[in-house]
Amino acid sequence: MRRNGPLALIFHTIFVIVMVAPILVVCLVAFTPEGFLSLPTNGFSLRWFRAIGNYPEFIHAFWVSLGLGALSSFVALLFAVPAALAIARYRFRGRDALAALFLSPLMIPHVVLGIAFLRFFTSAGLGGSFAALIIAHVIIVFPFALRLTLAAATGMDRTVEMAAVSLGAGGWTLFRRVTLPLILPGVISGWALAFIQSFDDLTMTVFLAAPGTETLPVRMFLYIQDNIDPLVTSVSACVIAITMTALILLDRFYGLDRVLAGKGDTGR
Amino acid sequence: MSTVADERNARAPWVLSAPALMLFVGVLLIPLAMTVMLSFHDWGQYKGIEPVFILKNWKEIATDPYYAEMFWRTFRIAILTTLLTAALGAPEAYILNRMDGRWKSIFLLVILGPLLISVVARTLGWALLFGGNNGLVNKLLMSAGVIRSPIPFMFTETGMVVALAHVMMPFMVLSVWAALQRLDPQIENAAMSLGAGPITIIRRIIMPQIMPGVLSGAIIVFSLSASAFATPAIIGGRRLKVAATLAYDEFLNTLNWPLGAAVATLLLVALVLIVVGSNALIERRYVEVFR
Repeated sequence: MRRNGPLALIFHTIFVIVMVAPILVVCLVAFTPEGFLSLPTNGFSLRWFRAIGNYPEFIHAFWVSLGLGALSSFVALLFAVPAALAIARYRFRGRDALAALFLSPLMIPHVVLGIAFLRFFTSAGLGGSFAALIIAHVIIVFPFALRLTLAAATGMDRTVEMAAVSLGAGGWTLFRRVTLPLILPGVISGWALAFIQSFDDLTMTVFLAAPGTETLPVRMFLYIQDNIDPLVTSVSACVIAITMTALILLDRFYGLDRVLAGKGDTGR
Repeated sequence: MSTVADERNARAPWVLSAPALMLFVGVLLIPLAMTVMLSFHDWGQYKGIEPVFILKNWKEIATDPYYAEMFWRTFRIAILTTLLTAALGAPEAYILNRMDGRWKSIFLLVILGPLLISVVARTLGWALLFGGNNGLVNKLLMSAGVIRSPIPFMFTETGMVVALAHVMMPFMVLSVWAALQRLDPQIENAAMSLGAGPITIIRRIIMPQIMPGVLSGAIIVFSLSASAFATPAIIGGRRLKVAATLAYDEFLNTLNWPLGAAVATLLLVALVLIVVGSNALIERRYVEVFR
């Protein structure tokens, strides 16, 4: 194959710098020793990371986000794994429609989902509750949980299952001892991707969160609306660090391009 | 002839997907239907929401030029963002695809990674870079001699498009990259051996083959930009409203839920029509590529 010319490499360098710059600048400003927004020109300081400790709202919001992401991704998988097995293994009427319905939260703007859930949960008397947040997040992370489980279930070698059946395994034992271990990498990656999606969601959650159930992105957004100071950059830097860690783990386990492309690996 | 086993087999997929199906009907389809209904309800400052069937909200959106201007702004920003991501993302995907294995996966991680980093954090980064009238971006552009006087980025559509393009770029690169994986590199060599220059190769060989990738990336970028919330809210400030931020205001500040529901419904319907319509057009045009 031909190599990239010098012009292409210059373009590529600028492109990568622009892609990284906003993220880098947030992380750099977080280390400023000054009381205002500035790049740390005279020494690095951790004062704005320590300052997070004085804002219990951010700490509380972090735990809400963490619990919400972990729990809603887990619940989504409880629903998504059987559905993925149904779609991967059976050819039945309504299969395509079912798959389209399950992936539809990707298509529906999150602002519309936020409004729909706000209306729904307020009429159900659950407005602003953590339970409402969980249910809403289960819906928005469901497509990610489904897609990766589906990819694993489609690519699975079914002769192992047949062997287990011929040895007398069936039903729950077959699923627990044979099927689940085989699709586990897909399920875990699905959980991780679902967790990141839940952890990062602002647009839908901002409609549902009440004081006490505010997630970290919502708390950060409401804070930025009033003023932008180095505190919010140090909080952002922490969020970036957490996501990066999850990202690298995901890449090691499963391959980031496969996780993000999603559809390419179902038709092996 | 149908046996018991056959019947169980026919029921099995529905039994397996029943819990998820019930979940989706109960907490997705019903809330969406309630939102559409809500847009036909009446609202007053003191009486709150009245569950009657009127067209007041829809009439207001149709006649008040404020809404026409807001929707036009929303779609203008989405179109410009889409064009910008296509113009920069497609060449980048092509360059990326020609790199050596190790560099390719490193840069793919660098470019796709931001997709999973909080939109609030990424937009905050742009707010810092724009920073009033003499932010880092303006200083850089002026010292490079690209511009004479600073461009206002904060609280302008220009700033929104730049920040949105950055947020959406990974989707475009990913989409074009996927199309490039299906491309046979030998065709390029064949064209070269037949005497085609680099420009002819790009125009006649590469472009037609990655076009479906560019277009499907464009659909994703367009629909996500048109419904984006965080970036327009932070960069645009309180006055420069797009559909999503206006709906948010109606719901959480003005408390006129029926009007907000009408804005959201219109956004959803417009997007579904545009996405389904352009998908159909692309599939018809490039039927041989999708097979």
